[in-house]
Amino acid sequence: MPKLKVDGIEVEVPQGATVLQACEAAGKEIPRFCYHERLSIAGNCRMCLVEVKPGPPKPQASCALPAAEGQEIRTDSAMVKAAREGVMEFLLINHPLDCPICDQGGECDLQDQSVAYGRGSSRYTENKRAVTEKYMGPIIKTVMTRCIQCTRCVRFGEEVAGVEDIGAIYRGENMQITTYLEKAFKSELSGNVADLCPVGALTHKPVAFEYRPWELKRNLSIDVMDAVGTNIRLDSRGRQVMRALPRINEDVNEEWAHDKTRYHVDALVRRRLDRPFVRKDGKLVPATWEEAFDAVAAVAANAGSSVAAIAGDLLDAETMYAAKALVKAFGSDLLEGRQTGMAYDTSSLSAVAFNTTIAALEEADAILLVGTNLRWEAPLVNTRVRKAIKRGAKVFAIGPQVDLTYKVEWLGDDLGLLNSLPENLAQAIDNAKKPALILGPGALKNGHGAALAVAGAFQRAATETDAAWNGFNVVHTAAARMAGLMLGYAQKGGIADIVAAAPKLAFFLGADEVDFAKFAGSFKVYIGHHGDQGAHHADVILPGATYAEKPGTYVNLEGRVQRADRAVFAPGEAREDWTILRALSEKLGRTLPFDSFDELRAAMASEVPALGEEGLAEYAWNPPSLASQASGPVTYPIADFYLTNAICRASPTMQRCSAELLHGEDFAEAAE
Amino acid sequence: MLQDKDRIFTNLYGYQSWHLDAARARGAWDNTKALLELGPDTIIDRIKASGLRGRGGAGFPTGMKWSFMPKNPTPERPSFLVINADESEPGSCKDREIIRHDPHLLIEGALVAGFAMRARAAYIYIRGEYIREAETLFAAVAEAYAAGLLGKNACGSGYDFDVFVHRGAGAYICGEETAMIESLEGKKGQPRLKPPFPAGAGLYGCPTTVNNVESIAVAPTILRRSPEWFASFGRENNKGTKLFQISGHVEKPCVVEEAMSITFRELIEKHCGGIRGGWDNLLAVIPGGSSVPLVPAAEIMDVPMDFDGLKAVGSGLGTAAVIVMDKSTDIVRAISRLSYFYKHESCGQCTPCREGTGWMWRVMERMRTGDADISEIDTLHQVTKQVEGHTICALGDAAAWPIQGLIKHFRPEMERRINERRSGGLETMQEAAE
Repeated sequence: MPKLKVDGIEVEVPQGATVLQACEAAGKEIPRFCYHERLSIAGNCRMCLVEVKPGPPKPQASCALPAAEGQEIRTDSAMVKAAREGVMEFLLINHPLDCPICDQGGECDLQDQSVAYGRGSSRYTENKRAVTEKYMGPIIKTVMTRCIQCTRCVRFGEEVAGVEDIGAIYRGENMQITTYLEKAFKSELSGNVADLCPVGALTHKPVAFEYRPWELKRNLSIDVMDAVGTNIRLDSRGRQVMRALPRINEDVNEEWAHDKTRYHVDALVRRRLDRPFVRKDGKLVPATWEEAFDAVAAVAANAGSSVAAIAGDLLDAETMYAAKALVKAFGSDLLEGRQTGMAYDTSSLSAVAFNTTIAALEEADAILLVGTNLRWEAPLVNTRVRKAIKRGAKVFAIGPQVDLTYKVEWLGDDLGLLNSLPENLAQAIDNAKKPALILGPGALKNGHGAALAVAGAFQRAATETDAAWNGFNVVHTAAARMAGLMLGYAQKGGIADIVAAAPKLAFFLGADEVDFAKFAGSFKVYIGHHGDQGAHHADVILPGATYAEKPGTYVNLEGRVQRADRAVFAPGEAREDWTILRALSEKLGRTLPFDSFDELRAAMASEVPALGEEGLAEYAWNPPSLASQASGPVTYPIADFYLTNAICRASPTMQRCSAELLHGEDFAEAAE
Repeated sequence: MLQDKDRIFTNLYGYQSWHLDAARARGAWDNTKALLELGPDTIIDRIKASGLRGRGGAGFPTGMKWSFMPKNPTPERPSFLVINADESEPGSCKDREIIRHDPHLLIEGALVAGFAMRARAAYIYIRGEYIREAETLFAAVAEAYAAGLLGKNACGSGYDFDVFVHRGAGAYICGEETAMIESLEGKKGQPRLKPPFPAGAGLYGCPTTVNNVESIAVAPTILRRSPEWFASFGRENNKGTKLFQISGHVEKPCVVEEAMSITFRELIEKHCGGIRGGWDNLLAVIPGGSSVPLVPAAEIMDVPMDFDGLKAVGSGLGTAAVIVMDKSTDIVRAISRLSYFYKHESCGQCTPCREGTGWMWRVMERMRTGDADISEIDTLHQVTKQVEGHTICALGDAAAWPIQGLIKHFRPEMERRINERRSGGLETMQEAAE
C-alpha cells in the first residue's frame, strides 16, 4: 500500500494503482482522453501529465505511471499547467471546431476540457487536416476529421467486444481510425464505442442530428431486451424516448449496453397500439374502451373459471401480478410465461437461475457452456466470460459452433455428452477452483436434468479464503422470465397445459411469440403495445404501455430485483397495463383489491416478499431430481439477434442491423 | 590517430570478401567456444570493464544493459536479444557497412552477447531499404548455421542459440526499441509505454534486450583483445573506438573507425581531406545524426567527438553521423527538411508528436521563405518545447532539437529572411538620421 503526496495531500492507494488513481483519491481532477477504467492503458493522449518527484525533470503521463511509495505529485504546478495547455493546443489544431453541428456538443470531453485546461486561443494559422468518413455500419456514424486518435474504440473492439474490426492505419498526422476494409463493425456491442469516443468522431447514427443532450429529460430504467437486466437511462424529449444509455452497475452490466438495448427506442413511437380494437366480422375495428371492455365482459360472463393469462417476454412483475390476481378471481390458475413451449421444471428456482452471479463469473476458471449462444442470448454475460478467459479460464461448449469472440473447445452438439463428460473436460472441472456451467435455453428442454445431475461437480464448499461457490447457471432470454416464475407463471407441462385446458377467455399480455393457431377456440384479449403477432390474432386489443411508459419491477436471470421508472407517457389512449386490468376487473365484476400502483406493489410484495425488495433474491439451492439422461442435438432459439421481440421488430434501426449485419444486404449511403 | 592494428572492423570498405572463410581469416569466429567458456557473468563484467557505451545514440553502458536480464530464464519464458539494424537516422550509415562487408562480426557478436544475457535467440531487425545488405545478412547467417556456429550446440559450446533476420518495412520509428518489438510481433510499429522496460517484458512479453549493431559487433573483439585494450582509447567515460560517418561538405565523405574523443578538426583533416573551401567556409555541423542540435562552426572545431564533449556544446554524439555544412548551405531549408522527415516518420500514436511535427514543419517552411512574422520564431520555439519531453518515445525530442538548435544559433538569419521578404525582397536600407 504505497503512500504518496498529491499536491501536499497524503494518500494511500492499493498496490498496483496508478498515479492517476492516486490523484483521484486525493480529490484532484486529472484531464484525460485515452485513459478509460475498463480498457487497457494506452498513454497516448498525454493530457494526464503531472509532475512527479523523484523522476526526470519532465512531466509524466499519470495514467501509465505506477504509484510508488514516497512519490510527490504536483497537479497544480506551472509545468503541469503548461503541459496541459500544450497538449490541448495540439489536439485542437487539427480538430474542426464544428461544435455547433456536432452531435457530441454539450457532452464532449474535448469541449469540456478545453474550457477547463486550454489556452483560450490558438496560435495555429496553417490549414487544418481533413479526414474522409469511414463506414462503420448501421450503428456508428463517423466524422473522422474530429478524431483525436485516442484509440479507445480500437481497444474496446479488441478487449471487450472481442471483434478486432477497428484499427488505425497510416502514421503521423495522417493516422486514421477505420474499420477493416471499411466494413461494418460487426459486434452486438458496437454502440458502446460512440459513448467511449471522447469527441464527436463516432456518434450514434440512428439519432444523428435528432437532439441536443441538454434538451433531454433523464429517467432511470431497466432494459427488457434480454434477461440480463442492464441498467439504463432513458433520455426523452417531450413524449418521445430519444436514446437509451447504460448506467454503471458493476454487478450487472458494468457500463456497457448492447445495440438492441440502445437502439430499439425508435420503435417506441412506431407501430404502436394507441386505441382499443374489437374484432367485428373477422376484422379488427377501432373501438372505445367501453366497447372493448363490454366485448370482454360478454365472454367472461360465460367463461366460468376457464380463464388463462399468457405473459410476454417484456413484462414487469406488477402487470403479471395484476393479471394473476384477475385470473385467480375467476378461480383459475392457468398462468404461463414460456410462450414458445418450454416446460422445464420450476419447482426450485435456484435450478433455473444464474447462481454464480454475473459479476462473479469473471472469477471462474473453467466454464462449460451447454446449448447457449451467449453472444446473442446475453451479450453482457459473454463479456464476463471473456474477462474470465483473460484471467486464465478455459471454456468448453456443447452445441453447434458459433463465434463467441473467444477461444472455445467445442465438444459437439449432442446433449448426450452431459451423460458422461469427456475426460479432458471432467479433469478441467476437477482441477478448477471455481468451475461454472452455463445452461442455455437451447438445452433447457432436453438437458436440464442431465445438467443438474452434474451440477455437484460445479459446486465448491466455502474455504477460509473463499466463500462457497455455486457454478450452476441458467441463461434466460426474456426479461420477464424470473419474475414470472416467482409469480407462478409456469404450468407443469408449459403452455401445452394451457392449450389442453382450452380456456374460453385468454389474456395475452404482450405475448407475441405464442403459436396462436392452438388458441383458435379461445377468446383472445391482447393487452400490449405493439402491433405484432399478438395483436393480429386478438379478438380484443387493449392498448398498453411499453416498459418505458410505466414504472415496474424486473428480475434478471440472477434473480436480481430491479426497479424502473416511467420515462414518458403512453401514446394516444394507451394506458399502463395494471390500470387496464384494474378497470377491466371492475367491469367483469371481480374488482381487484388495489386502487393505486403503490397498493398493487404492496400486495405483490406481501405475496412474494422477494419482489418487494431491490437486490438479489435468495433462492435456496435444492435442485429437483429429474431424469438425468439427455440426448439430442442442441438448437439455439434466437435466429436473429436484432429481431427478438415486438419492439425491436418494429424498429427501423434493428431491421436494418438485421438485414445488413446478419443477412449481408448492402445499403447505399446517400452522398451528403 | 587510430592505427590499423587497433581496428575492429578490418573489412569496413569491402576490399575483401564478406564470406565466412574470409571473415575467419580476419579473425572472426576464432575459437568462439573459448569466449563462451568464460561464462555469462565474466563476459558481462569484461564488457562493463571495457567502458563500451551503446552505439545506437543514447550511449547507455552496454554491459550494464546486459546485466539487467534475468539470470535464470525458463523455457516457458525465454530471454531474447534484438539487434537494431533499422538504421534510418539521416546521416547514419555505419551499420550498413558492417552488415554488407563484415556481417560475421555481427553474427558472432550476437552469439556472444546472447549467451552472456542467457538469451534463447537473437532477432536482427534490418531496415527494409537495405535490400542487398539483407541478402548478405541472410546468406551470412546461413553460412554460420552450415558451419555449426549457430543453432544447436553453437560453436560446440553446448549452448543452443538461433539468429533470425527480420526485414522492416521502411518505418524510421521501428528503430525505437519498443516499436521494433511491436513490429517484430507483427503489430503496427508504435513505441510502447515504459515501464515495463523490455528487460522485464519485451518481445512476446519475454525479457528482451535491444542493442545496436555496432555495440554487438565489437563485443567479440573486446573479449579477445581484452577490455583494457578497448578502454585505452578515448577519454574517461567515453572509451573505445567508434565508427564515424562524415557526410556533407567535406572533400572526401567517408565512414571511418576512429578512437573516441578525437577532435572534430583532426577527424576531418585526417580522414576527409578537410572542409570544402577551407575551415573558414564551415557554417555548422550536426555531429550525431539528424536528431541532435546543430553546432555552429566556431564552437565545434576543437571539440572532442564523444558523448560528453558534444554534450558540452549543447549537442550529442548520437550515432556519430557527422553532417558537415559549409556556407553555401541554406541552413533554414536544411533544418526544415529534417522537420519534414520527422513529420513523415512520426508514428501518430501520441498527441504532441503527431500534431506538433506537422505544425513545426509548416512553420519551418514559411521560415525558409521568410513568409512569417518575427514573433512566430518564438511561437515555434514554444511549440518545440511543448513537444520535447511530452511524448512516449524520443522521436518528439528528436524533432524538436534540430529546430531549437537552429533558433539558438541562427535566429538572426531567420529574422533577416522575414524582414527581407517584408520589404519586397530588397535589403533594408539604412535610413539616414534626420
